[in-house]
Amino acid sequence: MGVALRKSAQWTAAGYGTRTLEITPLNEAILKEIMIFVESFIYKHPQEAKYVFVEPLEWKTNLDPSAFESGYIVSETTVKSEEVDKDGQPLLFLSVPHIKIRSFGQLSRFLLTAKDTKLKEAQACIEANRDPVTKILGLDYNAMKDDTSVVNILDKITKDGDPESEIKMKLGVLLKHLDLHLLNHSLKHISLEICLNPAIVKNDIEQLKHLSGKGEQTVLESIDYTSDYEFSNGCRAPPWRQIHGEICYVVVKPHDVETLCITCSAEGVFLNGGKTDDEGGINYERKSEIYKDLVTFLKEKSAKFLENMSKQIKDVRFSEEWDKEKELNEAPKKEEEPTLQKALPASGKSALEKNQINFGKNQMTKRLEPSLNWKATVDFKDHKNVLRDTQEERHGGKLERSGPIVSAGRTQLVRKSAEKIEEIISESSSESEEDEEPPDHRQEANADLPSEYWQIQKLVKYLKGGNQTATVIALCSMKDFNLAQETCQLAIRDVGGLEVLINLLDTDEVKCKIGSLKILKEISHNPQIRRNIVDLGGLPIMVNILDSPHKSLKCLAAETIANVAKFRRARRAVRRHGGITKLVALLDCAHNSQEPAQSSLYDARDVEVARCGALALWSCSKSYANKEAIRKAGGIPLLAGLLKTSHENMLIPVVGTLQECASEENYRAAIKAERIIENLVKNLNSENEQLQEHCAMAIYQCAEDKETRDLVRLHGGLKPLASLLNNTDNKERLAAVTGAIWKCSISKENVTKFREYKAIETLVGLLTDQPEEVLVNVVGALGECCQEYENRVLVRKCGGIQPLVNLLVGINQTLLVNVTKAVGACAAEPESMA
Amino acid sequence: MNRKKLQKLTDTLIKNCKHLTERQGTTIGLDRNAFRNILHVTFGMTDDMIMDRVFRGFDKDNDGCVNVSEWIYGLSVFLRGTLEEKMKYCFEVFDLNGDGFISKEEMFHMLKNSLLKQPSEEDPDEGIKDLVEITLKKMDHDHDGKLSFTDYEQAVREETLLLEAFGPCLPDPKSHMEFEAQVFKDPSEFNDI
Repeated sequence: MGVALRKSAQWTAAGYGTRTLEITPLNEAILKEIMIFVESFIYKHPQEAKYVFVEPLEWKTNLDPSAFESGYIVSETTVKSEEVDKDGQPLLFLSVPHIKIRSFGQLSRFLLTAKDTKLKEAQACIEANRDPVTKILGLDYNAMKDDTSVVNILDKITKDGDPESEIKMKLGVLLKHLDLHLLNHSLKHISLEICLNPAIVKNDIEQLKHLSGKGEQTVLESIDYTSDYEFSNGCRAPPWRQIHGEICYVVVKPHDVETLCITCSAEGVFLNGGKTDDEGGINYERKSEIYKDLVTFLKEKSAKFLENMSKQIKDVRFSEEWDKEKELNEAPKKEEEPTLQKALPASGKSALEKNQINFGKNQMTKRLEPSLNWKATVDFKDHKNVLRDTQEERHGGKLERSGPIVSAGRTQLVRKSAEKIEEIISESSSESEEDEEPPDHRQEANADLPSEYWQIQKLVKYLKGGNQTATVIALCSMKDFNLAQETCQLAIRDVGGLEVLINLLDTDEVKCKIGSLKILKEISHNPQIRRNIVDLGGLPIMVNILDSPHKSLKCLAAETIANVAKFRRARRAVRRHGGITKLVALLDCAHNSQEPAQSSLYDARDVEVARCGALALWSCSKSYANKEAIRKAGGIPLLAGLLKTSHENMLIPVVGTLQECASEENYRAAIKAERIIENLVKNLNSENEQLQEHCAMAIYQCAEDKETRDLVRLHGGLKPLASLLNNTDNKERLAAVTGAIWKCSISKENVTKFREYKAIETLVGLLTDQPEEVLVNVVGALGECCQEYENRVLVRKCGGIQPLVNLLVGINQTLLVNVTKAVGACAAEPESMA
Repeated sequence: MNRKKLQKLTDTLIKNCKHLTERQGTTIGLDRNAFRNILHVTFGMTDDMIMDRVFRGFDKDNDGCVNVSEWIYGLSVFLRGTLEEKMKYCFEVFDLNGDGFISKEEMFHMLKNSLLKQPSEEDPDEGIKDLVEITLKKMDHDHDGKLSFTDYEQAVREETLLLEAFGPCLPDPKSHMEFEAQVFKDPSEFNDI
């Protein structure tokens, strides 16, 4: 309890007489824990509860004597407990307003009596008795100091043999447990709190920079970092100073006082020894009080700053930001300050400390403290963002729904990297869609970084500071990393590589663009990176590249778009920037090339362009509005044309796009008109499983009307469908194929064909051991088939009734609908009922 | 390709830089400065050293002057060269001393202006040296610390971007197109070649 009270509890700085505990969440939590301990003491340790304290705990109470009931001798102004010690002294003595308590038993009872005011009483007690442990156990107990191990204590107990000292020991151990408990408990609280972190400091400095410059109206003449290099954790202090929690150093020139060299550390902001003569070194020594943040510090140091600052604060835009920042950070920051001030005198009081029970733990906690603080900052970064998110969402929920881009833009301008998470999450809230929105895992700043990280960081440096030649070399070298690996992907992002790569796309250098897109194409397989690319405005640039005369550039851009447009916001961005029209135009390449007599090399490149275009359209076609846009841009005839080619690589995205789009009525009509079914059927016969799957799926979607179903039959599509049923390994394809069969079997003529191909027997065989998607379709197909007498007989003969009935217990609604339909159809036959 | 058309094409190509060619009489061709001027103005090259090497690349007979046939031959690589031709040409340009290898020193020489000087760095050459190492790691397949043509060819085939690894020595696509548009103003003349 001693250590916890000394270290964790936050005392006010005021030096008059007894210091008081501040009312902070942490203190409250500590007090509550102590109360719980004391209250339950009488039940948990009845033996020890009787132990009489060496000295009474005394404080001023607000409790009225009348509150005491049985077990006490109550007079007008005094209360004595009936319980007395060996000498006949009462263990509780209240003479308004002073109270003395001499055992845990009485303490417990007292708190129970105090009821609602017990928190106040406990606080008063702790405040008046700064060293409760000494009072309870006596000074001699402190003979065992830091170096005492548990073994020594046990030794003493056995040697003494005195029952009282044994109890005393037990009590000591109990108190020590409480102490540890309190420390752990308060640790949890501390870790939730704010001390300064790189993001806050950076933000402050950034904002001050905006308000600085020449002239009377500015708050400062200048404010600058001493170092341009920012570590990945946001700190600018050299690593050996970061250990001390220092974040960065700034040189500030206020209007009215001379230049200040300031250290911003996790603990606060203070004046350091200034720059030393030898090139940019800094005297790290602290020369001033520690202030909770930069603004407070400057207000204190410069009157002019204070004055102009208050003017500036009136500026609406700024104050809006500022207040929000304040609102969120002020309270917790305040708490931090006293802790710190507490910590400082504490180290000076080591002599006093020796009078406390320490059980050797003290040393450890002490050593842990600095690093602990630092770690809390790092953890906190994430935590705070989450906090802000919720805040933001509450504030601007409606606003963002109507225009997420506007608000996101503003936020992005003001608070940079650290806030990225916020944006992503807040936007995702307005983007409730089927796409999974994975949380953004930022690498912990100080976590062990793989060697790739540093190599990539170096390469990004060359990307930034190199001419075309160096850039190309760096890009090629970067491409050699395993870009499919998440560490590398995130490393590129975390060292600021994404920005550079996207910037390169905006240059005139074709080679740099190609190199950059080659990397972006690979890393955009990562969902987080996709989001970052969209956030950084990469899509409009890539859409523009689609116009480039370079085929390989077009291909790469389209492929990257295909990867990025896996979520709704990205797809919308592609559409808004006219990407759909351009992508559709890519599909045209293959046609034009056939007219002039060009070499096969060019032909192959054109096919590649069309393939990439189709790939991107496939990704985009998952949004309804994009399907419309593709149709309006004249995509269907082009897709139909591409379908006639024999390039398997090309066919998959083309059919994939058609399959996505076929969910729309308009498309189905167009598909019929463009004679696409014929080609779909043709490709059912291909060797490629994926292609077969998408073709079957497209037929499944299209075969809603009779004409299409007839077309499928006329083009001989039923036979390949029936034969694909026999291969049950690829479940996705099976689901697509059975779906196509289901829809086709709505036409009687088709059913007859299926019977011919022995598809019905196979379908019955698929009634067991298949995933639900397959079952739904199988049962649906059987339901259609069973409309005919012969098929009912067939199904019964194959033993289809039993598995069908078994499926009635399922919970999948679609499945149940189909099953009941099928069973109903079968039930038309009296023999099936048997 | 018949002789007549070839002659016509040659005429057009020469005509384009007539004012430079005929200064010293019709037969001599381009001297170093005139050539460099063309490279700079028409093809947007800036690096002196590379331009010098390009001149040597064009000037097959080493007489300090690019004559008509050398000019046409060079342009054919510039404008219509296959990857093989371009690789051969680029390697010649980069191999500063012509010993058949691109050594570390040569790379350093060619890359020394490729990075922005950062005043904070103690050794400004550090970055360049590092870049050379990165390039070697990427391209030196036989690990002998220098690039042979085989190394270079293999690296370029893997990654075409590395064709001009040590500096631009081919016309960039934009000036390429502009040049062609200017020279072959009347496409019908050549379409059937």
